[in-house]
Amino acid sequence: MRFDFIASYVSAFTGPWWKIFYDFSILTGAVDEWLKGSVSPFWTTVIEMVVVGVVFLLFYAVVGLFLVYAERKVCAFIQNRLGPNRIGPFGIFQTIADLVKLLFKEIIPIKNADSLLFNIAPYIVIIVNFMALAAIPYAKGLHAIDFNIGIFYILAVSSMSVVGVLLAGWSSNSKYSLIGAMRSGAQIVSYELSIGLALITIVILSGTMQLSEIVEAQRTGWFIFKGHIPAVIAFVIYVISSTAEINRGPFDMAEAESELTAGYHTEYSGIKFAFFYLAEYINMFIVASIAATMFLGGWMPFHIGNLEGFNMVMDFIPPFIWYIGKTFVIIWIIMLFKWTFPRLRIDQLLTLEWKYLLPINLVNVLIMAFLVLKGWHF
Amino acid sequence: MSNISEYFKDVFNGVLSLLKGMRVTAGYFFKPSAIVTQKYPENRKNLVMFERFKGEVVMPHNENNEHKCTGCGICEINCPNGTIEVIPKSIITEDGKKKRAIDKHIYRLGMCTFCALCVKTCPSNALAFSQKFEHAVFDRASLTKQLNKPGSQLMKGVE
Repeated sequence: MRFDFIASYVSAFTGPWWKIFYDFSILTGAVDEWLKGSVSPFWTTVIEMVVVGVVFLLFYAVVGLFLVYAERKVCAFIQNRLGPNRIGPFGIFQTIADLVKLLFKEIIPIKNADSLLFNIAPYIVIIVNFMALAAIPYAKGLHAIDFNIGIFYILAVSSMSVVGVLLAGWSSNSKYSLIGAMRSGAQIVSYELSIGLALITIVILSGTMQLSEIVEAQRTGWFIFKGHIPAVIAFVIYVISSTAEINRGPFDMAEAESELTAGYHTEYSGIKFAFFYLAEYINMFIVASIAATMFLGGWMPFHIGNLEGFNMVMDFIPPFIWYIGKTFVIIWIIMLFKWTFPRLRIDQLLTLEWKYLLPINLVNVLIMAFLVLKGWHF
Repeated sequence: MSNISEYFKDVFNGVLSLLKGMRVTAGYFFKPSAIVTQKYPENRKNLVMFERFKGEVVMPHNENNEHKCTGCGICEINCPNGTIEVIPKSIITEDGKKKRAIDKHIYRLGMCTFCALCVKTCPSNALAFSQKFEHAVFDRASLTKQLNKPGSQLMKGVE
């Protein structure tokens, strides 16, 4: 019975097929039931894990390649250029060609490098990316792991990527790599505080750390509107400090081209370099989707209080589109940062964090706690 | 107290100036008409190069096949890398006088750095730059050009 799950899908849900775009749990539930009926529970788990893994791999590759392309296009438009426009319509296959080139390039062994650490460093960065991606709610019912401490978990894993960066810098046996990795470490350690406090502001407002519940709590209005002033301040601080944490934009001390050639991945070549490069962009995607989930309601459509008609129209757009749209707006803002501002010096970087962002953030958390206590939020 | 007010003034001024910068870049992002890049092989038919572009050195001739080059050789002396070679000949004018004129004005495009010293120093403005820039050829010898057209003469009134 190969197509049994269609029958079970029909029995589980009688609406039209396109309803699955509004609630993916219909599809996943039907597949799950069909698998449970066809094979033993052990194999059900194995098959489901493999399928989810493959989907995440594909998602990772597609998003990474698209972001590289988007970055080049955004940068080009800001600088009055056209950007890649030769391979495919509007150059959309440019990054695929680049990837093929990188796949064919030689992986150069480094003399006196710590070969074990040198080889596992890119994989650590990639694995950390996957761990963070797994806990993000993409749409209704499209959520691989829903921890009750989801946002805490994402913060914990995504700050682990600095381990990969430090390993890469240390094991390369190169002064540029080492300096880049050390800078990156110092930067991430300082800005992790700001990210944490900015998110705690929202956790105070929502009263939960579970991402699915955080999204559900924004059904009557996104947190950036519900929490008004402190939420907006937290959003701005989050965007600034997350840009610093992913070593991008004006905070790219870790790979300052003019000073350190390429920072911690100077000595890498071929596909291992591509791993670092992709991981950087996926990191950007992760922080942008956390910002979208925590402040802009994740996949939740734009709702205004009790305006039923307006809310119905907004519900008509599928949640996945909302999620992708919000995420890419934030990614665009982060890219705009990068191509507008000059790079900060290391002392300016630390001054910004310790003298400005952190005190403002601490006061902001207090204000938010006071607001929630008094019930002055919407 | 003044320290605290200065601190907040710092923050607000900083945010304002950053927003100003972002407004400029975002403005360019949303203005595709500001893009200056030209798609070269596609727009080849109606491509117009600007007047100051230094494509190659030419010697303009008028409709009577006359040029202004007197064959003085100043361009050859001024050329820093021996690109120009003036081969003179002597002609006898109508009133029986011997006069120097050019036989061949040789220009080697492959050696030219487009410094424009020849064009600037020419006393009779005989040389100019053309806007043609597609110089790829299959044979190196065809980069050596003779600038005066065959059978051309000195323009009247140019000494």
